[in-house]
Amino acid sequence: MEQSVNYLGLIPLFPLLGAVLIGLVHVFTCKKIKVPEMVYGILACVGPVLSFIMALKVFVALKALPAESRFLGHKVFTWFSVGDLHIDMGFLADPLSCLMLLFVTLIGSLIHIYSIGYMGGDKNYGKFFSYMNLFLGSMLILVLGDSPVVMFVGWEGVGLCSYLLISFYSEDKQNVLAGNKAFIVNRIGDLGFVLGMSFLFWGIGSQGFDYISLKANVHHLSPAIALTVGLLLFVGATGKSAQIPLYVWLPDAMAGPTPVSALIHAATMVTAGVYMVARFSFLYAHVELAGSIIAWTGILTALLAAIFGMFQDDIKKVLAYSTVSQLGYMFAGVGVAAYSAGIFHVFTHAFFKALLFLGAGSVIYALHHEQNIWKMGGLKSKMPKTYITMVIGALALAGCPPFSGFFSKDEILYSALASGHFGIWMVGVLVAGMTAYYTFRMIFVVFHGEPRDQKAFDHAHESPGVMTVPLIILAVGALFAGFLNLPAIFGGDQIVSHWLAPSLTEHHPHTSIFVEILAIGASVVAFVIGIKIAYTKFGQGASEPAFSGFTKFAYNKFYVDEVYNAIIVQPYKAIGSSIWKVLEPNVTDGPVKAASKLYMAIGTAFKVFQVGYVRVYAIYMIVGLSIMSLFLSQSLN
Amino acid sequence: MIHNYLLLSIILFCLGIVGVISRRNVFTVFMSIELMLNAANLAFVAFSRFHENMDGHVLAMMVMAVAAAEAALALAVVILLHKHKSKLDTNVFSLLKG
Repeated sequence: MEQSVNYLGLIPLFPLLGAVLIGLVHVFTCKKIKVPEMVYGILACVGPVLSFIMALKVFVALKALPAESRFLGHKVFTWFSVGDLHIDMGFLADPLSCLMLLFVTLIGSLIHIYSIGYMGGDKNYGKFFSYMNLFLGSMLILVLGDSPVVMFVGWEGVGLCSYLLISFYSEDKQNVLAGNKAFIVNRIGDLGFVLGMSFLFWGIGSQGFDYISLKANVHHLSPAIALTVGLLLFVGATGKSAQIPLYVWLPDAMAGPTPVSALIHAATMVTAGVYMVARFSFLYAHVELAGSIIAWTGILTALLAAIFGMFQDDIKKVLAYSTVSQLGYMFAGVGVAAYSAGIFHVFTHAFFKALLFLGAGSVIYALHHEQNIWKMGGLKSKMPKTYITMVIGALALAGCPPFSGFFSKDEILYSALASGHFGIWMVGVLVAGMTAYYTFRMIFVVFHGEPRDQKAFDHAHESPGVMTVPLIILAVGALFAGFLNLPAIFGGDQIVSHWLAPSLTEHHPHTSIFVEILAIGASVVAFVIGIKIAYTKFGQGASEPAFSGFTKFAYNKFYVDEVYNAIIVQPYKAIGSSIWKVLEPNVTDGPVKAASKLYMAIGTAFKVFQVGYVRVYAIYMIVGLSIMSLFLSQSLN
Repeated sequence: MIHNYLLLSIILFCLGIVGVISRRNVFTVFMSIELMLNAANLAFVAFSRFHENMDGHVLAMMVMAVAAAEAALALAVVILLHKHKSKLDTNVFSLLKG
């Protein structure tokens, strides 16, 4: 049984309180007086930083326990109890959630600090930070929840906050539509999550619905139900973590302010799906078919997003597709039952993706909200700090040894190969090369060569310290986070994997050293080829290419959005409008209106009795009483 | 003997009813109601004597007290009505007409 502590609930509480406080200050002052931005900035950063300190405390407490009993619990109150379903508002810290906690709060805090600079001058400064704190708080509930139901609270919370923040610049209709898209697509995934949760409860929920009980009882679940639950939960994950077929919202989510993109992509939201699968590793470990489906979905998403990423001309869209692609890797990892590898990639990805987004934000900020990479160029000399940190991030993303992304990506690819998923490994290596290509295409076009827009270039300047310091901290993370899980071949002992082991149900396959060298060698070769092609094409400066044939097809993202629109959205709208225009007036309106007409007729008929004179009412009374008296006297006799 | 008392009570009560129904002046209606109350009182007292116990007397006293309270309230209402329309004709107050 887990040890009980009373401070876990505080971790999500700090940012949530911050959100309420900032929100109240903003609501009561935005019309009259202007609160200094610094007040909001400090209020906003207090919550995340306090949460980070608490997360460190949790880490220390867990570290002090013996490895197999590293569970800290905190039941705050009984949320509801109906029949067999007994749900506590409870929190659980084990090595898995502790790792998530640490980097979510650390990166969340850094992004908050960065936002103080980036959002400067915005008229909804307070609102922004209120939403940001709420976002982080929701994510912490998601991570810490001790049952799927509590997790679902956070799950919905991040969905809501992503909607609020993506459509933050709500004057522009496109942004609002992007927010709507994110929310609606996420709802589709959430339906899968709710159904999966219901099946899980139906199967084994009556013995307790928190993770520890579920883990203990999972073997009572019949294989068919386990597969159903696994796949339905994964549908939820595809929505939240942007996998095929529900990935379409994430690139559009770039409509939000850049720190929001960083927060969504690095610390909160999209990592939720991977975390969820790892959290349910006790379930997925039993259903291999679900694992294979997850792994293949993941790797195909990685491939598709990498193809799209190669042709984007918006700096944030390149990064967005790289996130989708990296998330694909993570799912490939958890799909082949290498849960620790998947989570480790989540962890390293958080650092370098936050770094890249904040770096991109720094560029966008310097160029006065210009996002098209074909209008940038030569910024290396103007923004040295941003350049160096972004190159570190790009190297990590591309998987260059010894940057963090190399170790985590290699771990996943190695696990795929070692567990016999040869196809997944092949696609993974291909995607690694493509990743290197599109990442450095972006770096070369933005920072190298000649300025393409002289006027914007002349106005460009390095960002203030409040923005560059988080960049530097993240760059250090992107550089060194990989060493935390150094595989044995490099003389490390996989600290992260061992740390996570008590939370996860996985077994590490033992293979020959040849397989390991093959995996590493292939990744490195793919990286070198990718970066070489990028350098030859864009290293010396290049002009905006014209697309034709396949490249045009890829530039337009295979017209997936248009296809979805044609086969799902439009028919849905048609059904809606036919119900509204045909079914409703002709069928359902009939009885409803008839009922109202009936009451109207009865009312009109009785109106004649309501003459309004007191005397007449007195007569009614006397007549009524007389009849009653007669009746009474009759019955008495 | 009780017949006569009851007869008088019924006559007074019917007079009251006729007054309430037929008269339009608020005061007259009010007085007619008082008449009906006292008709009831008479019946109470008569029955009380007839059965030789005090229950009827008690109720008669009770009715008088209620009538006094009612008079105070009713007169206040009458004043308000008069302020409102400057008339004491019950037919003027017919807002409940459907």
